[in-house]
Amino acid sequence: MSAIKLYVPCDASALAVGADETAQAIAAQAQARGIDIQLVRNGSRGMLWLEPLVEVETAQGRVAYGPVQVEDVAGLFDAGFTRGAEHRLGHGLTAAMPYLKNQQRLTFARVGITDPLSLDDYLAHGGYQGLANALLMEQAAIVQCVTDSGLRGRGGAAFPAGIKWRTVLGAQAEQKYIVCNADEGDSGTFSDRMVMEGDPFVLIEGMTIAGLATGATRGYIYLRCEYPHAHRALNAAIATAYANNYLGENLRDSGRRFDLEVRLGAGAYICGEETSLLESLEGKRGQVRFKPPLPALQGLFGKPTVINNVITLASVPIILARGAEHYKNFGMGRSRGTLPIQLAGNIKLGGLVELAFGATLRELLYDYGGGSLSGRPIRAVQVGGPLGAYLPESQFDTKLDYEAFVEIKGMLGHGGIVVFDDSVDMAAQARYAMEFCAIESCGKCTPCRIGSTRGVEVIDRLIAGEQPVKQEAVLRDLCETLTYGSLCALGGLTPYPVLSALNHFPQDFTKSPHAVAAA
Amino acid sequence: MKSEKRVIPIKLERLSSLAPAQRTTVLEVCVRMKAMPGALLPILHGVQDALGFVPKDAVPLIAQELNLSRAEVHGVVTFYHWFREDKPGRQVVHLCRAEACQAVGATELEAHAKRTLGVDFHGTTADGALTLEPVYCLGNCALGPSLMIGEQLRGRVTPRRFDELMQQARASQARSPA
Ligand SMILES: Cc1cc2nc3c(=O)[nH]c(=O)nc-3n(C[C@H](O)[C@H](O)[C@H](O)COP(=O)(O)O)c2cc1C
Ligand code: SF4
Ligand code: FES
Repeated sequence: MSAIKLYVPCDASALAVGADETAQAIAAQAQARGIDIQLVRNGSRGMLWLEPLVEVETAQGRVAYGPVQVEDVAGLFDAGFTRGAEHRLGHGLTAAMPYLKNQQRLTFARVGITDPLSLDDYLAHGGYQGLANALLMEQAAIVQCVTDSGLRGRGGAAFPAGIKWRTVLGAQAEQKYIVCNADEGDSGTFSDRMVMEGDPFVLIEGMTIAGLATGATRGYIYLRCEYPHAHRALNAAIATAYANNYLGENLRDSGRRFDLEVRLGAGAYICGEETSLLESLEGKRGQVRFKPPLPALQGLFGKPTVINNVITLASVPIILARGAEHYKNFGMGRSRGTLPIQLAGNIKLGGLVELAFGATLRELLYDYGGGSLSGRPIRAVQVGGPLGAYLPESQFDTKLDYEAFVEIKGMLGHGGIVVFDDSVDMAAQARYAMEFCAIESCGKCTPCRIGSTRGVEVIDRLIAGEQPVKQEAVLRDLCETLTYGSLCALGGLTPYPVLSALNHFPQDFTKSPHAVAAA
Repeated sequence: MKSEKRVIPIKLERLSSLAPAQRTTVLEVCVRMKAMPGALLPILHGVQDALGFVPKDAVPLIAQELNLSRAEVHGVVTFYHWFREDKPGRQVVHLCRAEACQAVGATELEAHAKRTLGVDFHGTTADGALTLEPVYCLGNCALGPSLMIGEQLRGRVTPRRFDELMQQARASQARSPA
């Protein structure tokens, strides 16, 4: 009989709750019982509350068990889980689980299924078909395909990827660059990380296609240094790609060249902003640049540069493989394709859900997320990272669509949804938003650098009940200055979380009655 | 903030008063990487990986190797939260302070961590074992509160689990002193 194939994820979130220990225990038990197993370290399926999620390959398909801790392993063997037998931690066939069954996985098609570092696995699951097609196309046709797909940047600003690429293609220069923004600084987001750890070749393929399309021969992945696991996965995959002629000189014998390397950030949120990121890549302080010139014309080292988010670039291979039409048929309005949504914070079933644009926040919070982790009512959610608005229950029917979020003075951003139950103090959240702006400001504009610190003080006084009417007016004034007087969205959007908290949850800002009486 | 007394140096400052072993390490990192475009960040990472921090005295040396001014190098070191100028404890604990972790008890965990370790952020425990640093998201936002010890990510960290993890870290340091 051939070895039984078992899967235990190597995703950082799975490791954070003991996946390595579980894998070791499984290997030890199998050996002790004389059972021949093949242990694959896959990416995560995205059902993070079930991690470590162990899967067993059976004739019917993969069967899931989770969360499996070291102490559960012997019992699973006793129950015959290596044959897919029933167990209290069993969930049946993985693909039929409700959380996964209705997802529309395009960008995440392979994540959790394959061994992330196996090029053979990647090829066997449709990998590098996009590149194969791109190699047969004219540059302008590749760019047109990306434009026609409707793909918009997934890093936050939602700018059409094809238009950016066209600008770079049209620019004349000896050297052009592809830069991948893997700074993923927003709290509540981890889709970039999951792709880089769970399917790194898809990012490499996407960047290679971008290089071919625009005439850029060198790429950099700017990765936040808080992601050591992703760093190792990317470096290993890049080495394999070079060794197999998927990167470097004359790749796939095409006569074309594309070189790629990873560079680490150093813990500055602002370096996720594209011009700050370029400064950082050049070895400088991450100060935001004035635009124009656009990075597409004068970007890295002053050369034409495509800068795109991880998910944007990782969505390119499937677009080239299946065609623009296929991708475009998902979604609503001007938001085409799918969005990998991340359910985070106080949520029972937290994880990654990839869906076509158009699902409502409520569906995600309750149908997928199962409500709060604490079991208390959900009071507020923050969508789009630390610069996103706090939304009350009355806005939970908003559709996940870029324009719908702009309409409610929010932003979809990188698709992170952070859930808070009714124990949250929204004044504290508003204060934190200002504090975060103060800590992370690049220092270039006064409203952001100084105004944010001032904002923290004003909120402190407001909560303490010192002349609250006056303080609120000062706070609103300050927010207006930030909105209109900031060069980039760090200062410019900090008013979103602050004012949404104040407008939707005013009672939280006036809860020190004795302080008021004393004033 | 530290208040340093400023005095006008009478003696000419030497290029670097780094300990010889540190000097060798810094030079080795510089030589290995300085040909890279935009080499400064990779070099600073290399120095911090090797020494645990970027000593102030390494700045003139790096500046000389890269043909930059000291002020430029110093400006970069201080701009980025990740680089530290003081020697840390044997292991660094990065505790997540960001929103998704706040929603599941990070604020309480932070208070517990500071109290039980007897330090504030950036501080090192009296036994030199652990340095506590804040971090703004570790990408483990569905399974918070999160922290990272060295490069080991941990999720669902309750105060009790925190104590266990710190105990384990100290025990492993005792087994394999760096
Ligand atoms: C303060 C700030 C932080 C940002 N952080 C990120 C980030 O971590 N990752 C990212 O992809 N984009 C981030 N962005 C957006 C980038 O500036 C830019 O729009 C993006 O990299 C473009 O790629 P895309 O078109 O594929 O989204 C940030 C923007 C701002 C203003
Ligand atoms: S708004 Fe803040 S972060 Fe953005 S450029 Fe101005 S000072 Fe820098
Ligand atoms: S917010 Fe703590 S890990 Fe993301």
